[in-house]
Amino acid sequence: MALTKFEYNSFDVTPVASNGFAFNSTPNGLTTASAGAMTLIKTQTASDVASVEFKHGTSDVVLDGTYDTYLFKFIGMHPETDATDMTVNFSVDTGSNYNVSKMTTFFRTQHYENGTSGVVAYIAGNDLTEGTGEQYLNQDGSMGADNDQCLAGKMYLFNPSSTTFVKHFMSDTIEVNAGDRCREAFVAGYGNTTSAIDAVRFKCSSGNINGTIKLYGVTK
Amino acid sequence: MAISKVNYNSLNVTPSASKFLAWDSDADALAASDIGGSLNLISTQTASSSASLSFTSGIDSTYKEYIFKIINVHPSASNQRLAVNFSVDTGSNYNVTKTTTSFRAAHTEADGTPDFGYVTSQDLAQGTGFQNLFIGAPSSAGNDSSGSGTLHLFDPSNTTFVKHFIFRGSSYQENDAACDSFIAGYGNTTSAIDAVQFKFVSGNIDSGVIKMYGVT
Repeated sequence: MALTKFEYNSFDVTPVASNGFAFNSTPNGLTTASAGAMTLIKTQTASDVASVEFKHGTSDVVLDGTYDTYLFKFIGMHPETDATDMTVNFSVDTGSNYNVSKMTTFFRTQHYENGTSGVVAYIAGNDLTEGTGEQYLNQDGSMGADNDQCLAGKMYLFNPSSTTFVKHFMSDTIEVNAGDRCREAFVAGYGNTTSAIDAVRFKCSSGNINGTIKLYGVTK
Repeated sequence: MAISKVNYNSLNVTPSASKFLAWDSDADALAASDIGGSLNLISTQTASSSASLSFTSGIDSTYKEYIFKIINVHPSASNQRLAVNFSVDTGSNYNVTKTTTSFRAAHTEADGTPDFGYVTSQDLAQGTGFQNLFIGAPSSAGNDSSGSGTLHLFDPSNTTFVKHFIFRGSSYQENDAACDSFIAGYGNTTSAIDAVQFKFVSGNIDSGVIKMYGVT
């Protein structure tokens, strides 16, 4: 006779509140296990599009007080136009406008495939001083569009739903530059607003974009 | 009569180590699965006077990003840097062509002038050798000297693009200084990377742990 139902205490496992069942490491039995603290909220795969937007309440996107820390991952970001760049902006009206005032820093390191120009430097032209426009996530005019060239990286956004504090963010990207060099860019700053940020947009300064962007929430 | 025990293999699910028992995608049966968290531990390797630590399985298209957590690696030889290389033939050869950048911030316990800047000697320009990770080399003599950090490897199974990686790590370097190392670059290959190896340039990994995670 098939068993169709089990009581919670029918398993030979010590119950732990809010944990789940998992196979043990052997695997020859069951054990309790807790889920990880990083939760995948949304994956968007762009294919020759003008921008990628994450709007709270749209297409299962959560971007509110559910999490204190949000993490975006960029994988295989490939521009349609050579020598462009990837940018970010924020919205406080669920994507009607992307124009949050931002104070930022920008530095990057680079090294050519031919071995020259290994350097790390601050790039004054790529930061913002209370600017409401797009913030570069890699150096401006840098991304290569050869078939094997792309950008990868991550960006943290902290406590976007706060109505007390500014909104800090930090990114770290690595790319193949159009001139055949690797460039790692470090951007950090804050959206200088006490309104809740509830949407984030990524795009290229010029031309369309391809690639995968994942949004995670980090459990409080 | 109460059911007091159910054997793990009484369930019509193929057991898989450390996976959850979850409803399947149709919600009409059970399956072994990842739930809730997105950081999935795939493999843990612990060094004990090991020449190298190699991850030769579990790196495929299952995940778009792999994270290696390097915890307290300690060299057997003096003044050695942990290094990494990649393979496209499941570990038969670790020789992927790489172009990388390298910079660091360092500060001595004696409060000397901090170092900050690019370190030309620690980058690669289309090199196939190992990429050093900790620019400030841990000491073999200091039992409390070690290096810890995180290496991200993006989309290793992709056969269209190069393979980006980013490392940041902190080390207690030979001359009693804290060193924050930043290494990034790409494996300049469109072949799938399916194995990763860590080793010190000279000598063994006396001790240390490296964990490999897949990011859902």
